[in-house]
Amino acid sequence: MSGAPSLGARLAARTGGGGRLRPSRSGLAALALLAAFALVPPAAQALGLPFLTATATRMLIFGLAALSLDLVLGLGGLVSFGHAAFLGIGATALGILDAHGLRDLALQVPAAVASCGLFALVTGAIALRTRGVYFIMITLAFGQMAYFLAVSLAAYGGDDGMALSRRSTLFGRPLLDGDEALFYAALAVMAGALLGLRRVAGSRFGRVLRGTRDNPTRMEAIGFPAFPYRLTAYGLAGALAGLAGVLLANQAEFVSPAYMSWQRSGELIVMVVLGGRGTLVGPVVGAAALIALEEVLARHSEHWRLGLGLILVASVLLGRGGLAGLVPGRGGRP
Amino acid sequence: MLNLFLIQALNGVQLGILLFLVAAGLTLVFGVMDLINLAHGALYMVGAYLAATLAGLTGSFGLGLLLALPASLAFGLLVEALVIRHLYERDHLDQVLATFGLILILNEGVRILWGNAPMSVALPEALSGAVPLTGTLRYPLYRVAIIAAGLAAALLLHLLVHRTRLGMQLRAGATHGPIVAALGVDVRRLFRLVFGLGAVLAGFAGAMVAPILSVDPGMGDSVLILTFVVIVIGGVGSVRGAFVASLIVGLADQLGRSFGPILLRSLMEASAAAQTGRTLAPMLTYILMAGVLAFRPAGLFPARGR
Repeated sequence: MSGAPSLGARLAARTGGGGRLRPSRSGLAALALLAAFALVPPAAQALGLPFLTATATRMLIFGLAALSLDLVLGLGGLVSFGHAAFLGIGATALGILDAHGLRDLALQVPAAVASCGLFALVTGAIALRTRGVYFIMITLAFGQMAYFLAVSLAAYGGDDGMALSRRSTLFGRPLLDGDEALFYAALAVMAGALLGLRRVAGSRFGRVLRGTRDNPTRMEAIGFPAFPYRLTAYGLAGALAGLAGVLLANQAEFVSPAYMSWQRSGELIVMVVLGGRGTLVGPVVGAAALIALEEVLARHSEHWRLGLGLILVASVLLGRGGLAGLVPGRGGRP
Repeated sequence: MLNLFLIQALNGVQLGILLFLVAAGLTLVFGVMDLINLAHGALYMVGAYLAATLAGLTGSFGLGLLLALPASLAFGLLVEALVIRHLYERDHLDQVLATFGLILILNEGVRILWGNAPMSVALPEALSGAVPLTGTLRYPLYRVAIIAAGLAAALLLHLLVHRTRLGMQLRAGATHGPIVAALGVDVRRLFRLVFGLGAVLAGFAGAMVAPILSVDPGMGDSVLILTFVVIVIGGVGSVRGAFVASLIVGLADQLGRSFGPILLRSLMEASAAAQTGRTLAPMLTYILMAGVLAFRPAGLFPARGR
């Protein structure tokens, strides 16, 4: 049970319920998803709709953030309501380095990932002492704490945010300049994240995490206390969301405390549930669906949030567990 | 310095009372119905808009406030009938999603009906003066009225919960829901009443602050988050906990804003102290919450049976 699990072990790790992580099938779905995304820039060029590439990049960035949230929400069964804070902290770390003339990813990425991971470990250590509705409210409050901290950083733009001097470089090369370059960078990060999370979910760690979600008491009794596993998952999730923050800052070439708003955290939860929690590609599909929905609704009316809210309420009331619940065999709960 | 302290302490009590009115409904709804309602802050916002509009129509703030209460109740019951009652059997995640959707609908609905610009409400003539405190120090009468009205509402709520048959059912329903239902109490009706009561309290709070705060579409969101902090510190489901925690949070927020920089100035130079104070003040309540939870994960007054 230690080290990299064999295919057999991974198959054995399959669970029967619909919507759970199934390593073999989820691998194919992930490949199909990446392939579909990879086709966007050429298609956008052929159709003469260059903005599609930027939209797809946004989908990948928020898909990455939703994917990281799914580690906590889907596998861990913990409704974390402050996840946008990590997105914002990652972006802010990059913005602060940029303001001091440090524009290389070799420095920015470790700084963003480390600050997000650290914030996740410290706040997670307190939040994970509680459960259920307390956990929801506390993660929300910690998210707000990060938001107010960012707003009060007057030296770095405060409420107004700060514009980046330019996109990040990698060892001095301007790798992220241009929409397509940034898109493929985001796609590469997404591919790595999918691969990594697939391994994590199939590993012993992932199975223990799911075990603590389904029956913490029993897991505790057989020698797996929930806390260290949950805290590790929370820290990992925070660090990965920080990476999404690095990409987000680069796309917008702007860093704003608004990235951390609690509404954004709510949207990330919606993305995960929309696509199917506890699945590998689900959160990414959910993020893509929500962003597509926003783009379409926003084109029709400035009051697009009303439509989004109506769809959200209707999807919960009609299907169990968001839109994924409307599809037979998907999004079934434990 | 003492005068400043007195003024800020009163402001803190006033903020605390206001938070209590919103938090009491939220914590009751959670305690009795096991429902997490993110849209509770939106009910506060709707109360403020209703009061502002009704005050404008009638030309009297008092009349507007009085009419806003039944209007808030009606609105709360409508929301309960359309959305909330379908969420009782669902898990917390479904409740979070649906009520998050409700926030989007209500915030945007208010924007459509009343526009983006904040609404202002004139202070009622009779309450526009100031009361003398000590020496030449005076305090706005309207804020005193908020404190008094809030305390009266808190007292009424206490009597309702602890001295009436309905209150008995509420308390029993919070800890032993299925048994209360088995004894023949109409639990659905009980839930409707609790939700309606919460909506009225939130609407009352919104109506009361309409003259001193700007009434705008985002006003519910900031209050909601502070209310969560209050409930978490006080203990989810506990009205008494919500009362104590509201005052603690209100005082910490107001005193922290004015005295944080002063205290810091004794530790560091003036400009750094001002900057650090500005940074820490809005975070203070959250730091307080983290501190309380590190020692008491279930809050100061955990509700029994939970």
